[in-house]
Amino acid sequence: MTRITLNVNGTDHAVEVEPRHSLVDALREQCGQTGSHIGCEHGVCGACTILVDDEPVRGCLMFAVQADGKKIRTIEGLAENGAFNALQQAFHEHHALQCGFCTPGMLMLATWIVERGAPVSDDELRDIMASNLCRCTGYRNILRAVRAVLDGTITRGAGA
Amino acid sequence: MKPASFKYVLVETWDAAAAALAEHGDDAVILAGGQSLVPVMNFRLAQPAVLVDVNPITDGAYLRVEGDVLRVGALTRHVRFEAPGIDGPLGRLFPRVAHHIAHLPIRMRGTFGGSLAHADPASEWCALARTLDAVMVVQNAKGERRIDAADYFRAALTTDLAEGEVLREIELPALGPDWRCGFAEFNRRAGDFAIVQSVAAIEVRDGRIADARIGVGGATETPQRSAAAKAVLAGGAPSATLFAEAGAAAADAMDDLLADQQAGADMRRDLVRAMVMRALEDAVAAG
Repeated sequence: MTRITLNVNGTDHAVEVEPRHSLVDALREQCGQTGSHIGCEHGVCGACTILVDDEPVRGCLMFAVQADGKKIRTIEGLAENGAFNALQQAFHEHHALQCGFCTPGMLMLATWIVERGAPVSDDELRDIMASNLCRCTGYRNILRAVRAVLDGTITRGAGA
Repeated sequence: MKPASFKYVLVETWDAAAAALAEHGDDAVILAGGQSLVPVMNFRLAQPAVLVDVNPITDGAYLRVEGDVLRVGALTRHVRFEAPGIDGPLGRLFPRVAHHIAHLPIRMRGTFGGSLAHADPASEWCALARTLDAVMVVQNAKGERRIDAADYFRAALTTDLAEGEVLREIELPALGPDWRCGFAEFNRRAGDFAIVQSVAAIEVRDGRIADARIGVGGATETPQRSAAAKAVLAGGAPSATLFAEAGAAAADAMDDLLADQQAGADMRRDLVRAMVMRALEDAVAAG
């Protein structure tokens, strides 16, 4: 076992992991942060997408030991003072989730797109979000929700 | 699925990586971006006893033109090639090739050298390296060695890298302004592996093709150069008809085509024809 510190949404978690433990497993099982979902475990579905040092990462393809000391952000860190942030609100208003399994990964990937601050065409947005799979196939509403935040139509949450 | 247990070794220099490989021998594998290695570990198709994580190496990621050589650090992430910041035909080609590699978050982690070391038959960078006669600069605990692309790719997922050797740099020819480069790929879904792809580089002087390097990936276990297509193109004036003939010649000359549930050998042969033709058209159009 290896002792590491995972900084998750601003809180340090001193945990013991085996090198073979994926980052998303460590988040769920050692840090108790079960918001990030595990889908395919081979990098195809994107459900486990989290931000590591503000870049989107497949949590199943990074070992927890590789994230020692790095800044990790998950869906648990999105809400602001207990209320939805703008992206969560947009997903709510645009009905951008059905079963919700892909939602944590979709939201974190979208968070990166929004925070990047660069202009994003509809084609680029579709191209980037195509990284993550939604098996309810609710893609159009996911794109509408992210677009609403990018365009400033939705700027804040209305409360959970 | 979860990977089998392994020992994790973190290194900060190429020398340390080579030393770790020397210490652990055949049981050790380099971990770069991990976007291909970790999936096969999760499937337990690979069960390395030791992982040598080279990500902390600070001088491993670069694209640098030195004279007529373009040097690529093995740890250069795919995403870097979407805005390579270099002039010339390769600077224009790289973004078009890189965009075909999986999805953006994967491209932000996966590395050029990792792709070449993994040597998937469908790898875009392997096809490009073979087409352009790349030279792999590899290092072990005793020194370094240079391997020509023609000798480097041995079989699917198998390279000339020997026990204890780590791929440190890839040299590509910094093609001059007379060259035009193109790329074409066929796959079933956005971001999926290529079924067949082609890289085309032609040197056009006075309206004639003075030299040509035509490569095909995904069709066979290792990327191939097509001498048949080159023979058709040599001395000719670029045209849709000539490019169609080059594609047909490349397809006719292919041996040992792969066949799987995605595409049988006949379909792959036809895709070679179409991809070589389209890569040449792309070279002239975008070039």
